[in-house]
Amino acid sequence: MAGVELKNVEKSFGAVTAVKGLDITFEEGSFTTLLGPSGCGKTTILRMVAGLEAPTAGDILVGGTRINDVPIHKRNLGLVFQNYALFPHRTIGQNIAFGLKYRGVSGSDAAAKVKAALDIVRLPGVEDRYPAQLSGGQQQRIALARAIVIEPDVLLLDEPLSALDANLREEMRVELKAIQHRIGVTSIFVTHDQSEALAMSDKIIVMSAGKVQQVGAPEEVYNSPANEFVANFLGASNILDVRVAGSDRDAIGLEVPHFGVISVPRARAAGLGDAKSGRLVIRAEKLKLLPAGDAGAGVLAQGVVRAVDYQGQIARYFVQVGDMELQIMNMIDGRPFSAGDATTVAIDPRDCSVLPADG
Amino acid sequence: MADADAALDRRPWFLLAPALLAIAFLVIVPMSFILVYSFYENVDLAVDKVAFQFSNWQALFHDSYYRVAIWKTLRLSVIVTMLAAVLGYIPAYFIAMTTFRHRWLLLLLLILPFWVSFIIRTMSWIHILGNEGALNGILMWLGLIQAPLQMMYQEGTVIIGFLHVFLPYMILNVYVSLEGIDRNLEPAARTLGATPWQAFREVTLPLSMPGLAAGCLLVFVLTGGSYVTPLILGGPRDFLFGNLIHDAVVSELNWPMGATLSFTLLVLLGLVVVAYSRVMGLNQLSKAFR
Ligand SMILES: Nc1ncnc2c1ncn2[C@@H]1O[C@H](COP(=O)(O)OP(=O)(O)O)[C@@H](O)[C@H]1O
Ligand SMILES: [Mg+2]
Repeated sequence: MAGVELKNVEKSFGAVTAVKGLDITFEEGSFTTLLGPSGCGKTTILRMVAGLEAPTAGDILVGGTRINDVPIHKRNLGLVFQNYALFPHRTIGQNIAFGLKYRGVSGSDAAAKVKAALDIVRLPGVEDRYPAQLSGGQQQRIALARAIVIEPDVLLLDEPLSALDANLREEMRVELKAIQHRIGVTSIFVTHDQSEALAMSDKIIVMSAGKVQQVGAPEEVYNSPANEFVANFLGASNILDVRVAGSDRDAIGLEVPHFGVISVPRARAAGLGDAKSGRLVIRAEKLKLLPAGDAGAGVLAQGVVRAVDYQGQIARYFVQVGDMELQIMNMIDGRPFSAGDATTVAIDPRDCSVLPADG
Repeated sequence: MADADAALDRRPWFLLAPALLAIAFLVIVPMSFILVYSFYENVDLAVDKVAFQFSNWQALFHDSYYRVAIWKTLRLSVIVTMLAAVLGYIPAYFIAMTTFRHRWLLLLLLILPFWVSFIIRTMSWIHILGNEGALNGILMWLGLIQAPLQMMYQEGTVIIGFLHVFLPYMILNVYVSLEGIDRNLEPAARTLGATPWQAFREVTLPLSMPGLAAGCLLVFVLTGGSYVTPLILGGPRDFLFGNLIHDAVVSELNWPMGATLSFTLLVLLGLVVVAYSRVMGLNQLSKAFR
């Protein structure tokens, strides 16, 4: 087990720069997620750590040792592919024992390790079957077993859950995290699914177009997005143009159209500096929709429901407030609002964060 | 219900019927004629007598000339097949694995030779390897040799000719197999600790066996049944079983003997195909694609 460091790593494919200026530390034993839309370079990073691609520039360190020039088969990393990549001509037992063979483990030792790995992924007794005889979820577990049985220094997971259907995905999410916790291996997990990232990670690295946008714990990236990309990528956010109306030691007063002045704690407007205007970010689920004229807590504005997207427990409303359209996701308490209803929208200043105007 | 089931049971036969009829009329019926013909008696050039006698078959079993031909044919077919397997695998692997965007162009190049008659392609070796050919010309011009080397009309030339003509079949078969292999399998093997060569041997090679096996069978049978290539490129001793048939039918105008030999070649190659699919285990091959 070991931590992983990327130092100023860059990778180009011909004229295409896949990733650049990467300075990332993956702490020993942690579960770190690379989160970003398709094509942002997540797989490229994993493949560079695994040795399947060579970085164009920069250093990759595992356990403090530079491994740029170490060939793939000597790196001792476990890589789990999105499409499982099990060997179809080998039994499950042979698949899992594949890496053991090259580590001088064979015979009954190997069989015992294979059995232990199958127990960890909770699929005991399937040694003699072929991959095609297992379901997608089971194959994914085998792929995981094959990667962890070699006791890798680092476990690399490239969208391992995205080929599974929704229910299984959530189940495997919990289980994968539990397995990682149990064996304590440094893990780098790649996904484009924000809820997966939020649910599983110790640390999330949000990426876009080959660059790191924000690094932080799930709550941090979720509650205090560093820029508009992060704000929008992790769920729905409303982004409003605001003017600085005044400030004191603890808070900044921001003039929000139609709502009036909102006093946001300074800590949540750190990026604003001395600027006179900025952009206020508030998540759709943090805005509160109240019956018209209701005097709730927070800063209020009047609006009209334009459209409702009913989702069972919650509803997503599109609400017109003056010339702004806000997205609001609220739990349904009793009856949902309908399109055309006049409503009051409430903002709690503590839920706001402020970005620079050009962010 | 019972009627419906019976109709369902018959359905495969309906679907197979066109193929079965075609095979019956185009293969089984003509082959039966040939079998019948092998019992006729050849009285003179191109004069046959309808009969039921075994002189042709007796000649086949007693004349060692025919046994030598069978042995030569099997030996050459094995040599050509093995060389084609090795020489064909490499370009097939290259075409399947290349990241070159215009892969279709490489496949087109592979098929291009089929647009030229294979007799012309075979004859072209005379201009390359012959005493007045390009290779001797270059070697003499370079001063490496004083007199032309005798390269034509030997077993080696026949093998070259066969490889030239049959290699595309091997390459295409192997290519199709390689193409169907998940691109992540070799990297997966590599991350688990296999060297590039080990990853190839443990993963890619076994998974490409169906194509390689099919290519080998095809090349073996095609070589075993040829006569034109040795006729054009071989010397007097480089004859295959097919040449004996050609001689019997075209030169000696002895059709009953030709029929006997033809039927023998059919049975021999048929036996090879059956034995081969037993040994290679067709169900074993299909496992890779389950
Ligand atoms: N082998 C390659 N050749 C050329 N471009 C590539 C190659 N691999 C990835 N890319 C490019 O690099 C960028 C990042 O790709 P990738 O790392 O696969 O993204 P992600 O995994 O985040 O979807 C994309 O623009 C992709 O087109
Ligand atoms: Mg990817």
